[in-house]
Amino acid sequence: MPIANTPTTVPVVVDEDKCIADKGCTVCVDVCPLDVLRISDLTGKAYMKYDECWYCMPCEADCPTNAVTVNIPYLLR
Amino acid sequence: MDDLRAGLNEVDCDLLVIGGGTAGPMAAYRARKKNPDAKVILLEKANVKRSGAISMGMDGLNNAVIPGHSTPEQYTKEITIANDGIVDQAAVYKYAQNCYSIIEELDQFGIRFQKDENGEYDVKKVHHMGTYVLPMPNGDTVKKALYRQLRRARVLISNRFMATRLLTGKSGRAAGAIAVNTRTGEFLVIRAKAVIMCMGAAGRLGLPTSGYLFGTYENPTNSGEGYSMAYHAGAKLANLECFQINPLIKDYNGPACAYVAGPFGGYTANSKNERFIECDYWSGQMMQEFYNELQSGKGPVFLKLNHLHKDTADHIEQILHTVERPSRGRFHEQRGTKYSEQMIEMHISEIGFCSGHSASGVYVDEFARTTVPGLYAAGDMASVPHNYMLGAFTNGAIAGEHAIEFAEDVDFDVFDDAAISLEQERVLAPTKRDDGIPPNQIEYKIRRLVNDYLQPPKVTAKYELCQTRLAEVRHDMETQMMARDAHELMRSMEVASILDCADMAAFASLYRTESRWGLYHWRSDYPGSNDADWKCHVLLSQENGVMTCEKKDVAPYIIPIAEDEKDAYYKQRITAQA
Repeated sequence: MPIANTPTTVPVVVDEDKCIADKGCTVCVDVCPLDVLRISDLTGKAYMKYDECWYCMPCEADCPTNAVTVNIPYLLR
Repeated sequence: MDDLRAGLNEVDCDLLVIGGGTAGPMAAYRARKKNPDAKVILLEKANVKRSGAISMGMDGLNNAVIPGHSTPEQYTKEITIANDGIVDQAAVYKYAQNCYSIIEELDQFGIRFQKDENGEYDVKKVHHMGTYVLPMPNGDTVKKALYRQLRRARVLISNRFMATRLLTGKSGRAAGAIAVNTRTGEFLVIRAKAVIMCMGAAGRLGLPTSGYLFGTYENPTNSGEGYSMAYHAGAKLANLECFQINPLIKDYNGPACAYVAGPFGGYTANSKNERFIECDYWSGQMMQEFYNELQSGKGPVFLKLNHLHKDTADHIEQILHTVERPSRGRFHEQRGTKYSEQMIEMHISEIGFCSGHSASGVYVDEFARTTVPGLYAAGDMASVPHNYMLGAFTNGAIAGEHAIEFAEDVDFDVFDDAAISLEQERVLAPTKRDDGIPPNQIEYKIRRLVNDYLQPPKVTAKYELCQTRLAEVRHDMETQMMARDAHELMRSMEVASILDCADMAAFASLYRTESRWGLYHWRSDYPGSNDADWKCHVLLSQENGVMTCEKKDVAPYIIPIAEDEKDAYYKQRITAQA
C-alpha cells in the first residue's frame, strides 16, 4: 500500500535566528519526553519532526536562548 | 539520527530499574544509598531529566499523611472506602506510615512544601473525610532536584533505551530485560539480579475526544509497556477493570483540579451554576455523578471559580497555569477564558490504567513485590490504589531498598539465550517490511475501538464485539505493521503494548459480573454491586499463553471499616438545593 504524506501544522515553533543548534546545542531534542524534535540537516536548526506532542513544554523551558515556543495543537484550540 | 543499525550489547548489574519518571529515580537512589557497592542501572525511554508524568513538575501532594493533620489509620480507612473496599490495606498502611519521611527527604532535596505563618505544613482538606493535600510552591523543580540526587548517588543512567520484554530465569526469577535504542534500533540486554518496573500508566488506551492521538490526560509516553511486559513475564495484574477516568478541562487535557481550587472555595457546577457533588476528590463514585450530570439536561459541567474574589481566582489560575501543565494558560488565553470571569467547561477523560488515580495495576504487596520473584513494581503501574506522586516516591523507595537486599542474596538467574533472538525478531519485524501499515494508523484503530466499545457504561455484547475486532487488528499488526526508522520502531512497540492493554481491559471487565467503583466499572447488564461474590480482587495473568482471570480474597483489614462508613463515597450527590 502506498504511503501518503498528510500535511499537519505542528505545535512547536523554533525561532531560527535565536536557535544555536548549529553550534552544537541539542537541549530541546534531549529533554523532549516524546522525542519528536530533531536538528535539520539542511538548516542546522531544531525543528519538530513528528506531530506527537504533549505540549508539556520542557523544550521551551530549558532552551538556553528562548528560541522555542510551544503552541496548543490546532485540534484542541 | 533515526537510521536503523544492527547491534547488540550486553551489560550486567545488581539491580535494574526501568523507568526514570517518579518512582524509578527514587528506587534507584535508595538502592544505591542502602548498598553503595551495588551496580544500579536506571533505564529510560526518554531522558531522565524530563521524563514521566511529572515532566514539568507538580503543584502539590494529593495524599500527604502529616502528623497533626491526619494519621496513617485515617488515611488507610479513607482509601479503603474510596476504593470500594477492594484494598489490601498492608500496602496502603505502609505507604501512609512512610510518606512523611519521604516528604522530609524531598524537602532536603530542595523541594519546598507550603507552610503557614506558624511554620507548620499548610495541609488542605479535599477528600471526603480527611485532610491530605499539601501545595508545593516550587513544584516545577522536582525533576531537577531528583536528577541532582541521581548524579550524586552515581546511579548509572541509560537514556533512550526502551525495554520491550523482561527476561525470566530458569528458576522463575526476574533475570533482566531486553531493550531497544529509540534512535538506532540497537539492542541492549541487561542481566540483573532484581528488576523494578516503574513504567507509568497506560495512558494511550482511549482516544481523546480532540482526535489528537497524543492529547491524552497522562503523558503519552506512558503507553502501558509496564502492564504488557509484566503480563508477558507471567506476573499477575490486579483489578484492571477499575479504569482510570478523570475530570478534565474540555478540549485541554489538563486536570480540572477542583483539588487545587477546592480549598479556596472553587467547585464543580452544572450549567445551572449549581454544585451537585459534595466532594471533588477523584473517585469512581464521584466520576459516576459527574457522568450522570453530563448526560442530564443540566450538563455540561463546569469548574466554577467566578464567584470567588478576583484575587483568589487569579491565584488559583496562576497555580494551575504554571506548574504541572503550563500550556494550560496558553489554551485559556487563546479561548479568552478567565477563571475569575466565567465558569470553565469540563469533560471526562479517555479511559486508561493507572493505580495512581484508581486501582488498576500490576499486583504488588507491601514490599512492592510482584508475583514473580525478584520483580518489583512501583508508581502508577503498581496496584497500590490512589497513590499519586507521593505514592510513587514512597513505594519507589520501598521497592529500591527491598530489591537491593534481595539482589545481595542471589546470583544471576540463567535464562535461555533463544529468548533474545526471538525478541529481536519480534521487535524488528515491522522494519523488515517494504510495504504495510504505519504504526499510527494501527494505534488509531485500536484506540477508536476502545472508545466505541470499552468506555463505560460497559455492555457485554459490545465488549465481545470489541474482542473480535481487536483480534483482527492484532493480526494486521503482526503481519503488516511497518516501521521505516528507529522512531517509528519505538512507536510500533508502543502500539503492541497498547493492544495488549486493550485486550486486558476487555477481558478483566467481562470477568467481574457486577458494577463497582462507580463509573470505573459500571456494567449496564450487571448494574448493582454484589459483595457476596465480588468483594475480592480480580487477578489477570497468562497461563500457557492464554489470558485468564481469578478471584483473590481481600486481605483481612488492619484498620476496620464500620458498616455505616463503608458507603461514604457513594453519598456524593447533593440532594437538596437550598
